[in-house]
Amino acid sequence: MNPKAKTVTQNNTGEEVSAEKEARDRQETLKILKSFGRKRENLIPILQKVQARLGYLPREAMMEIATHLGIPEIDVYGVVTFYNQFRLNPPGKHSIRVCLGTACHMKGGYITLDAWKRRLDINQGETTPDREFDLDTVACVGCCTMAPVTVVDNQPEGKVEPTKVDGILLAFELERGAEGQKTVR
Amino acid sequence: MRTVSLTIDGQQITAREGDNLLWVALDNGIYIPNLCAIRDKSEPMASCRLCFVEVEGKEQPVTACTETVTEGMIVNTRGTRALSLARRSFELLMASHSLDCAHCPKSGSCELQHIARYLGTRLKSKQLRELRRDLPIDDSHPQIIYDPNKCVLCGRCIWTCREHLGVGVLGFAHRGFQRMVTTFEDEPLAISKCDRCVECIGVCPTGALLPRNETKTRVTSES
Ligand code: SF4
Ligand code: SF4
Ligand code: FES
Repeated sequence: MNPKAKTVTQNNTGEEVSAEKEARDRQETLKILKSFGRKRENLIPILQKVQARLGYLPREAMMEIATHLGIPEIDVYGVVTFYNQFRLNPPGKHSIRVCLGTACHMKGGYITLDAWKRRLDINQGETTPDREFDLDTVACVGCCTMAPVTVVDNQPEGKVEPTKVDGILLAFELERGAEGQKTVR
Repeated sequence: MRTVSLTIDGQQITAREGDNLLWVALDNGIYIPNLCAIRDKSEPMASCRLCFVEVEGKEQPVTACTETVTEGMIVNTRGTRALSLARRSFELLMASHSLDCAHCPKSGSCELQHIARYLGTRLKSKQLRELRRDLPIDDSHPQIIYDPNKCVLCGRCIWTCREHLGVGVLGFAHRGFQRMVTTFEDEPLAISKCDRCVECIGVCPTGALLPRNETKTRVTSES
């Protein structure tokens, strides 16, 4: 398909495209649900499969799952918010995981987290509106000597003080700028 | 049905075999502090840790809501070890409670006040640092005001909501200190699938779930 033409369609009918995506997500969810029985103990395997397919657990998917299992919607939400592996927001292009394990906690992990929150203007568990970054916390990634640690795109970064947060974001911005220029040319 | 006889605080009691110790005691007029026990529920949550009693032959105090009565059982609900454990649990519960009895419409019929009196302890923890959750109050509903900061996570409202609606709108969500009674996606009660039976208010032991009008009267009568 002509990439240019595609961009145009998306711009003009942005809403329809997202409705299309919603319908597709729904189809995917229903397909997964068909392969599972209606027993409550299937809840976690279903959630894992749906998230693997959609990248996260949209509201509509959680509602479909609740209906399929005949359980209250709040129970699906309760399990999703209990386990760290489940996401309520679509993943961003880059994942930011701030370590709040014991060592990082002592070394000011919360200050680092606050810096990320402020810079990205989102809370933990959220994704920036431009889908560039998603922010969350982890409890110890096993490199305590580097505390406070932030795992950026699966790469642990050590001694992440607020100034380093700015540095990391600047690097991403430069990268994006370079990419943008490439496409313009 | 076979019966067993046991002794609670020196009182001879006959109960059905397999009955639960907490309910046997309560039904015979012997009070044991409790918040999270629900009579018709098959599996006790045993999360409030207030119902400790001492049972002869057991080395450690046990939670009454998880004990089954047995023949010849000898129970002491006033043992010092059991009571000090219960006091500790109560303190932990109250350390994150937004305590304000003077302005709380539940004051006077609040089970927390009752339990504090029974345990001979204060509502405000002396030893534990106060750690408030500062969660937003939900006053969206025409009949209910829900203040999660006064909730003790007993689960009674959830159980009642399910009994009534079959499926139910209330449940537990989030983890650890953030755990709370809430709705799907934490949406306000007014836009949830709440059926407005307001039975949850009746079973809440604290001022977490209150009827709206009562709250208003209280506020106006005080101002
Ligand atoms: S819920 Fe009970 S203990 Fe808490 S403020 Fe109200 S009356 Fe006091
Ligand atoms: S709102 Fe009331 S009944 Fe419901 S869990 Fe909290 S304290 Fe218990
Ligand atoms: S009533 Fe037994 S632990 Fe809550």
